[in-house]
Amino acid sequence: MNLNYLDFEQPIAELEGKIEELQLVGNSSDVNLADEIARLREKSTKLTENIYSKLTAWDIVKVARHPLRPYTSDYISRVFTDFDELHGDRHFGDDRAIIGGVARLDGKPVMVIGEEKGRTVHEKVMRNFGMPRPEGYRKALRLMEMAERFKLPVLTLIDTPGAYPGIDSEERGISESIAQNLAVMSRLRTPIICTVIGEGSSGGALAIGVGDHLNMLQYSTYFVISPEGCANIIWKTVTKAPEAAQAMGVTSKVLQDLGIVDETIPEPLGGAHRNLDEMASKLQERLVSQVDRLSKEPIDALLERRYQRLMSYGN
Amino acid sequence: MSWLDKIIPSISRTETKRSNKVPEGLWEKCVKCDAVLYKPEMEKTLDVCPKCDHHMRVGARARLNMFLDPQNRQELATEVEPIDRLKFKDVKKYKDRLTAAQKETGEKDALVAMRGELKGMPIVAVAFEFAFHGGSMGYVVGERFTRAATIALKENIPFVCFSATGGARMQEALISLMQMAKTSAVIERLKMQGTPYISVMTDPVYGGVSASLALLGDLNICEPGSRAGFAGPSIIEQTIRQKLPKGFQRAEFLLEHGAIDMIIHRRDMRDKLASLLAKFTRKAAV
Repeated sequence: MNLNYLDFEQPIAELEGKIEELQLVGNSSDVNLADEIARLREKSTKLTENIYSKLTAWDIVKVARHPLRPYTSDYISRVFTDFDELHGDRHFGDDRAIIGGVARLDGKPVMVIGEEKGRTVHEKVMRNFGMPRPEGYRKALRLMEMAERFKLPVLTLIDTPGAYPGIDSEERGISESIAQNLAVMSRLRTPIICTVIGEGSSGGALAIGVGDHLNMLQYSTYFVISPEGCANIIWKTVTKAPEAAQAMGVTSKVLQDLGIVDETIPEPLGGAHRNLDEMASKLQERLVSQVDRLSKEPIDALLERRYQRLMSYGN
Repeated sequence: MSWLDKIIPSISRTETKRSNKVPEGLWEKCVKCDAVLYKPEMEKTLDVCPKCDHHMRVGARARLNMFLDPQNRQELATEVEPIDRLKFKDVKKYKDRLTAAQKETGEKDALVAMRGELKGMPIVAVAFEFAFHGGSMGYVVGERFTRAATIALKENIPFVCFSATGGARMQEALISLMQMAKTSAVIERLKMQGTPYISVMTDPVYGGVSASLALLGDLNICEPGSRAGFAGPSIIEQTIRQKLPKGFQRAEFLLEHGAIDMIIHRRDMRDKLASLLAKFTRKAAV
């Protein structure tokens, strides 16, 4: 099994493997295999299209958690320029599970805040696998309030398995830190655009997710409890996670129909990780247009619209 | 049918009725110290064990009943009822779970909201019904909370919430999550206006409710021994593979770590909140 491909993608992996072999043979002999390779390429694309047109909610959960899935840092370096990372909550420490700082988007200054899972083992440990502690959310809050003072639009990138459930987290008030962000984001006097880029898990995601516009990348997910957690509580076994994912409706399609998500940003064929540059440029284009639109709105009207939208959830 | 047959069923019916009248259910056991307690006596102690001082769980209506003045009460937002938008189904349909919970508790959902008075001071109060789906917050809880808070905001009168909940309701998925943002937003408006909001956490308060409305009070208060936290103890133990320290997430722990302002005994709740609110609204001492 090719680990760069998910279980339901293994037929694609096989074809890609064949293409690679043929390329090696073609390089080392006089036989011209170009036609055959082109034919297989086309077949592989068709197969991918076919598989990706029928993804279940659980399949999408797997794509959103794919080990090659682009993370916040991948987008920061491609969507923005001139990024300066800012550290610390000024009270306890600097939580590396959240990256924040000032940058430019299409030349205009903005505040970027995102959850980061980390790629290598070392980085994953340093980033606590993208599970922020209270100081992470308090750093985010500090940067958001700073953005308000300097009239910078806030762009958040959501990708977390959840806020960190640990003793230290509880001791330092993880609940309060999340709640405070929800309260302040509801009235922050600057446009806020939130984008779920991978996994949006519960309060830990929402804590940087209240704003004027909510995007989801096509194969990202957003849920109140992980499918495994839900399955464990209701069915008493994690093996029912696929059913739980289906029942909770964790995908952008369901959430857009419910009126919670505003926009789904299409991903390259086979997911964002198959063509990161294409994904980043698409995201950049959408963010530029959204910032332009929201920045033109008078701030009081924008805040009233944000509030009414919050009030309408579930109606 | 003979005259005897006609009589016999009625006799047996009478007997069943009689057996129901036997004072069974007049006694209960304290869940903490196992003391056998006389129920009518417990009404006087507000469901606090007279032996060990354990604060038993009380329902939403009983809670508001013991907190508000008896006169001038008006229930709010009763028109808000549950909707199964996702047609959620696991081993049972969510719709059927709702019906069962409604039958069992006599409530439409897990929050009761009332306008009333506290020692003559007009106030809006809400209470969670833990017996309804673990007091979980879905659309109805969020919406009723928000409507009640909005009344407090418009009339500039204090708002008090008694929470008892396992967190957000899974069966309403992201709609539940968004109630966290909704309730936090209205609380922030109270705060900006200077309308007092007191959050009283009663055992237990976890998950999405703790990470929103329960910890956003101008004052956060716990009943003695009550537990509150973001993640449940078993989740934390699974994550860190360590036993948790004694008293973890209890009211006393929360006080020590700066999460709450004070612990108030149930018998003092009315007096204490009335006295606090009088100060916050710059009224004469009560």
